[in-house]
Amino acid sequence: MLRISQTLVDGMVAHARADHPDEACGVIAGPEGSDTPVRLIPMINADRSPTFFRFDPSEQLAVAKQMWDDDEEIVVVYHSHTATEAYPSRTDVSYAAEPQAHYVLVSTAESGREPGPVSVRSYRIVDGTVTEEEIELVADVADVLDPE
Amino acid sequence: MAVEVRIPTILRTYTGGEKAVSGQGATLAELIDDVEGRHPGLKARIVDATPSATNLRRFVNVYVNDEDVRFSGGLSSPVSDGDVVVVLPAVAGGSR
Repeated sequence: MLRISQTLVDGMVAHARADHPDEACGVIAGPEGSDTPVRLIPMINADRSPTFFRFDPSEQLAVAKQMWDDDEEIVVVYHSHTATEAYPSRTDVSYAAEPQAHYVLVSTAESGREPGPVSVRSYRIVDGTVTEEEIELVADVADVLDPE
Repeated sequence: MAVEVRIPTILRTYTGGEKAVSGQGATLAELIDDVEGRHPGLKARIVDATPSATNLRRFVNVYVNDEDVRFSGGLSSPVSDGDVVVVLPAVAGGSR
């Protein structure tokens, strides 16, 4: 199960809409071993394509170094499908290399850049096997850590 | 002194869970061979060896001191004491 705040889900959806009809991609970092997504990091789709995405290797290095320094890891890897359902493609599965991560797919196929229905689904992808999991919306981590 | 090699989560099964290991060598290829001696299996996940050539695997990015080695000599990139080598899985996908 993926436990995540509405704010982070909204952030992924907003990024997916903004980049539509190209695929959007990014990660959500969290403290190592916590399985808690905290910090949304929208990334550049180096392919700028409606059917493919690829992290830019130099941006990915910068993000990885920041996470290393902060004892964070990738909790969520997300990307959008802009014409198909929010289900991992064969390409997605072949590249999936973060066994600890939740793979979130956002489909903007129905509404594109406009407000309207979007589909957000989460998966585990380990050794080529895709397992869908529930998404449970929880209170903002910022509120939990720093209640005001 | 040695070269620090940062290991991505998916490959830490080969390093007993260690996030970073150290090794020695004058080139990236020598460094990987040195590390392989203590962490067998790691090399095959980073390089693709065929009878005719040895290259970095397609799904892996390797950086020496922030330089993506694909653009700076690949496995023959020089390394020296105090360098930091980062190994990251390429992240990609698509709807097809």
